[in-house]
Amino acid sequence: MSALTDPHRESFRLSMLLSDTRYRSYTFQGIALAFLIAVMAFLGANLLSNLAAQGLDISYEFLGSPSGYDINQRPIEYDSQSTHLRASVVGILNTLIVAVLACVSATVIGVFAGVLRLSNNWLVRKIMAIYVEAFRNVPVLIWILIIFSIMTVSLPAPSAFRGEDPDSSLLFGAFAFTNRGVYIPAPIMGPGAWFVIGAFIASIIGIIALRRHAVKVLYDSGKVVKTFWPSVALFFLPTLIVFFLLGRPIGLDLPALKGFNFQGGIQLRGSLIALWFALSIYTGAFIAENVRAGIQAISRGQSEAAAALGLRPRRIMNLVVLPQALRVIIPPLVSHYLNITKNSSLAIAVGYMDVTGTLGGITLNQTGRAIECVLLLMLFYLVISLSISTAMNIYNNSVKLRER
Amino acid sequence: MSDSHAQSVAFVRDTVIPESPPPALETGVVKWMRSNLFSGWFNTLLTLAAIWFVFMVLSVVVPWFANGVWEASDIRQCREIMAGSGGGCFAVIADRWQQLLFGFKYPSEEYWRPTLAFVLLFIAIAPLLFSKMFPRWMLVLTALYPFVAYYLIWGGTILAPLVALLGFVAGYFAYARVVRRSFAGAAAAGVVVAVVVWTLGGYVSAAAPGFMAFEPVASREMGGFMLNLILGVVCVSLSLPLGILLALGRQSNLPVVKGICVVFIEFIRGVPLITLLFVANVVLAYFLPPGTNFDLIVRVIIMITMFASAYIAEVIRGGLAALPKGQYEGAESLGLDYAQSMRLIILPQALKISIPGIVNVAVGLFKDTTLVSIISMFDLVGMIRGPILASTDWNGVYWELLGLAALLFFVVCYGISQYSQWLERQLQTDHR
Amino acid sequence: MKKTVFLGALTATSLIAGAAAAATLDDVKARGKLNCGVTTGLAGFSAPDANGRWEGFDVAVCRAVAAAVLGDPEAVEFVSTTGKTRFTALASGEIDLLARNTTWTFSRDTDLKFDFVGVNYYDGQGFIVPKALGVTSAKDLDGATVCIQTGSTTELNLADFFRKNGMSYEPVPIETNAEAIQQYTAGACDTYTTDASGLASTRATFETPSDHVILPEIISKEPLGPLVRHGDNDWGDIARWTLNALIAAEELGVTSANVAEMSASAGTSPEVNRLLGTEGDLGAMIGLDADWAAKAIAANGNYGEIFEKTIGENTPIGLARGLNAQWTNGGLLYSPPFR
Repeated sequence: MSALTDPHRESFRLSMLLSDTRYRSYTFQGIALAFLIAVMAFLGANLLSNLAAQGLDISYEFLGSPSGYDINQRPIEYDSQSTHLRASVVGILNTLIVAVLACVSATVIGVFAGVLRLSNNWLVRKIMAIYVEAFRNVPVLIWILIIFSIMTVSLPAPSAFRGEDPDSSLLFGAFAFTNRGVYIPAPIMGPGAWFVIGAFIASIIGIIALRRHAVKVLYDSGKVVKTFWPSVALFFLPTLIVFFLLGRPIGLDLPALKGFNFQGGIQLRGSLIALWFALSIYTGAFIAENVRAGIQAISRGQSEAAAALGLRPRRIMNLVVLPQALRVIIPPLVSHYLNITKNSSLAIAVGYMDVTGTLGGITLNQTGRAIECVLLLMLFYLVISLSISTAMNIYNNSVKLRER
Repeated sequence: MSDSHAQSVAFVRDTVIPESPPPALETGVVKWMRSNLFSGWFNTLLTLAAIWFVFMVLSVVVPWFANGVWEASDIRQCREIMAGSGGGCFAVIADRWQQLLFGFKYPSEEYWRPTLAFVLLFIAIAPLLFSKMFPRWMLVLTALYPFVAYYLIWGGTILAPLVALLGFVAGYFAYARVVRRSFAGAAAAGVVVAVVVWTLGGYVSAAAPGFMAFEPVASREMGGFMLNLILGVVCVSLSLPLGILLALGRQSNLPVVKGICVVFIEFIRGVPLITLLFVANVVLAYFLPPGTNFDLIVRVIIMITMFASAYIAEVIRGGLAALPKGQYEGAESLGLDYAQSMRLIILPQALKISIPGIVNVAVGLFKDTTLVSIISMFDLVGMIRGPILASTDWNGVYWELLGLAALLFFVVCYGISQYSQWLERQLQTDHR
Repeated sequence: MKKTVFLGALTATSLIAGAAAAATLDDVKARGKLNCGVTTGLAGFSAPDANGRWEGFDVAVCRAVAAAVLGDPEAVEFVSTTGKTRFTALASGEIDLLARNTTWTFSRDTDLKFDFVGVNYYDGQGFIVPKALGVTSAKDLDGATVCIQTGSTTELNLADFFRKNGMSYEPVPIETNAEAIQQYTAGACDTYTTDASGLASTRATFETPSDHVILPEIISKEPLGPLVRHGDNDWGDIARWTLNALIAAEELGVTSANVAEMSASAGTSPEVNRLLGTEGDLGAMIGLDADWAAKAIAANGNYGEIFEKTIGENTPIGLARGLNAQWTNGGLLYSPPFR
C-alpha cells in the first residue's frame, strides 16, 4: 500500500518555459529584459555612430571652463570668469529660491482660499470659486506671461522716480515698485547685531515654552492661562530693549536712485516676482481645492460634536477639524510642491536665471553640449523630486492613522 | 361675546390672527443678505472688502471692453481710434483670428478641414463620454474618428488612412480568432496581420497618391490653437494604452518588468515636461538612426505621450489598488489566467473608477501643450509670442492676445473638468 | 497611420543608413525640397509675411541655393529655429543649411563641427537707447540694465565689453526679440543690445523710431553667414559658391532683370560667361546644371538687389551698405573668381 507520495516530479523540459506557469514568468522576464537591452543597444549604437559621424564626443570638461556670461541674480559669488559649473550652481540656487518662496506663499494662499470657499459669506464664497476655477483651467505659462506683462507695463520705470516733481515716489520712503523689480530696504548688521538676533530667537523660544506651560496647566488643573498678550509682549519687548541698549546695531540700507537704477537695499527682480507670484496663485488654486476637500472629508458629526461641547467656531476649526483634515491635505500638497519645483523651469519664459536658464539655456547655447546639459538638468530635477517625495513619505508614515 | 367668559377672563380671542408677513429683516433679499453677507462684524468686513475688490476689477475690465476697438489695421490706428480712452485693441484678434486658430502656415482655403474635424470630434467622443445616453454601436464612430481626422487635417490620399484602418480591422479579426486559445498568441497574430496589411496597403497608397486626395499639409505647418488641440487629443489617446501597460507592469510580480516600469514612471514624473521637450528638440535626434528625420511635432508627440503615460499609469495604479482584493482572488478561483482576469475582471472595474483621475491628467496635459512654444513651435502661445507680437503692426498688444489665449483654454478646460465632476457624481451613485 | 510612417521610415533608413551622412546633395534632390533653418522671426532677415510666405535677407540665401540645386526658388521647407535649437537641427540633419544670422566663430567652426560657407552680412553688436536717457556713448552705460536676447554670442561680448571697461551692469536675458522689445519700450531696461542690423530692424518697428538712437560703439565683430555640417564638402561647396555667385553677380552687373538675356548666349565678358554657364562647365564640377548660378540669381536677384529689397535704405529697416558694399566700393564683399 503506497502511502501519500509526493506528486511525480517532472523533470524540466524546454517547452515548460511556455506552458508551465511556474516557468513562464521567467520567459516573460527574459523577453522583457532582452527587449530592453535591444532598445538600449539600438539607441546607444545610434548615439555612438551619430557622434562619430559628426566627430563629437560626450565630455563634461566644458563645466570647468569659464562661462563668459553674467547672471543678474547671484546668491553666491559669480562673474563672467567663473566656470560653467558655478553658473549651474547659481542657477540651481535660484531655482530653489523661487521654489521655496512659491511653496510657502502658495500654501498660504491655498489655505486662505480653501477655507474662504467654505465661508458662509456668499460673496466671498463666489469670488473664491471664480478664483479657483479661473486659475486652475488656464495654463500656468499664460499666467506667467500675463503677470510678467503686468509687472513690465503697469509699474513705472526707475526714471519715473527722477526729477523735482517725479511721477512716482517711494512707498514710506523705503520701498520702490518699479518695472525692474521691487526694491526693499536691506538690514545692515553693525557690531552687536547678533545679540539682537539672539534675543529675538530667545523670546520666540520663550513664547513656545509659555504656550506649552499654558497647555500643561490647562490639562492639570483646568485653569486657562492667558497667553495672547504675554506672547505679544515677549515677541517685541526683549528684542527692542536689547536693540536700543546696544545703541541700535542694525540699520537699514534704503534703496536710492543713483545713475540708471536704484542702488542699495534688496532688489527683488521683476522676473523673480512674476514667476513667484504666478506659481503661487496658480498652485494656490489647486491647494485651495485640496484644503476644501480635506475639510469636507471630516464628517459633520465631528464639528457638531465639538459645537455640542461648547467650542467656538474658530476653536472647532483649529482643534478638531484642521488636525484631522491635514492628514487628507498633506499628500496632495506635497505633489503640488513638486509641481511648483518642476513648473519653476518655465522661468525661461520671463528670463529668470534658474537652472534651466543657465545650464539648460546659455551654457547649452554657448557650448553646444546639448546631451550633457540636458542630462545634467534632468538629473538635478530628478534628485530634487525624489528627495522631496522621500522626505514626505517619511512624514506621511509618521502621521498615518494608527488603527488599533 | 358670551357672558360666562366675561367674569373670568378679560379677553379671549376666538379667531385666528391673520398671518402677517414676517418682519422685514427676516425675509426675502434682506434676510438672505443678513444671513449670507452681514451675519457678524467679521463677515461684514469680508463682504465690504469683497465688494471693493469686485469694484476695482470691474472698473478696470469694463471700460477696457466697452471702449474696445474691433476694427483697425494696426496698433497705431487702434491707438488713434481709442484716443486714450483706455479701451482694448481687440482689432488684433479680428485681424489675426485665423492665425491664432490655425497657425500661419496652414493653407487658408483649407481651414474648413480642421474645423470639420473639430466638430466631428464632439460626435466621436460623445458616445465615449456619455455612454448611457448613446447606443453602443455609436462607439464605431469613435473608432473611425482618428482616421477621418487624419484624412481631414493632414490631407493626402484617402488610401493612407483607409489602409491604416484596414490594418487595424484585419488585426482585430486575427486577434479575435485566436484569443480563445491564448491571449499572447492572439496579440502577436493581430500585430503580424496588421503589419502585413499595412505593408501591402503601403504600396497601394504609394502607387495612387492622388486618389481622392485633399491637398496634403505637412505636420510642421500646423499651428495655433489647432496645434494645442491636436497635441492634447493625440497624446492623451496614445498614452492611455501605454499607461495601462505601465500600471499593470508596476503591479506585476515579475521583478524585471516591475523594475523597468517603476524606473520609467518615476523618472518621467521626476523631471519637468520642458526638459523632455528639450530632449525632443535637441537630443532625440542623436538617438535615432543616422539620416532619420522625424518632424519636430512627431518627436514632441512621442515625448508628451511618454510624459502623460507615466501620470496616467499612476492614476490607473490607484484604480487597481482601490479594487477589493476579493476581485483578484475571485478571478483566480475561476481559473482565469493573468491576461483573462485582467481583461475580463480587473481592468474594466479599475478603469471605470480611474476615469475622473484620467480626465484630470488630460486637462493638465492639455494645458501643458502650451510649453511647446518654448521650443519654437507656433502653438497658440507661440503664435502670440512670436509672429504676432514681432510684427510691426501689432507690436505692443499683450492683454488682448494673452486674454484670448486664457479664455480659449479656460473654456475647454473648464468644460472638461465640469464633465469630470459630473462623472464622479455618476460613479458615486453607482457604488451606493 | 503614425505607425506605418514610423515603420516605413525605419526600413527606409536602415537601407540607406551610412550613405545618408555624406551626400546631402542627393538627399535634397531626392526630397525635391531644401530644408533651410531660419529664425523664428526677425524683420528684414527672415520673417513670414501676412500670407505665411517667408521673406528676408537670410531667406533669400535659402531660395538661391534651392534655385541652384533644384531649379525652383520655392522648393524650400523653412524650419524656424531658436538660438538653442539651431545647431542641433543642423547637426542632426533636420536641416540642410542654416541661414540664421549666425556668427562665424572659431569654436563653432571647429568644436561644433560646422562649416561656414562665407559671410552674407558683416555685423557688429551695438546698443540702442532712448534719446531721453541722454547717453551718447556705450562707455556711459555704467550701472545700466541691459536687455539681451539669449542664445547667441551677444551675452559673451557684453560681458567682455563691460569687464574690459571696468563697468558694472545688470543683464536681463530675454527669450525672443518681441519680448525684449516689450521690456525695452516699457523702460524695464535702459538699453537693448544685439547685432546692429537687428537693432535697426527693431527700431523700425517702434512707434516713433526717432526717439531712439543706436550708439556709435560696435563692441564686436559679427560676420554672419550660412553654415552647413562639417564633413560634406561637396554640399558645402555648393552653398559657398551659390553665395559667391550672388556677390560676384553684383560685381559683374548681372541682375535679375538681365540674367535671362545674358545667360541665353555667351557674351563678351568671359567671367560672366563662366558664371552663367555659357562658357566652360563650372556647374558640372559641383554636380549641378550649367545654368545653376543663373537660376540662383534669377530667384531673388544679385546680392545688391537682395540687400535693397529686404534690408536696404528704402525699406523700414533702412540699413546702409557700409561694410557690406563690394570691395570695389570700399566694402568687404569680395567673391573669389569664377574660373
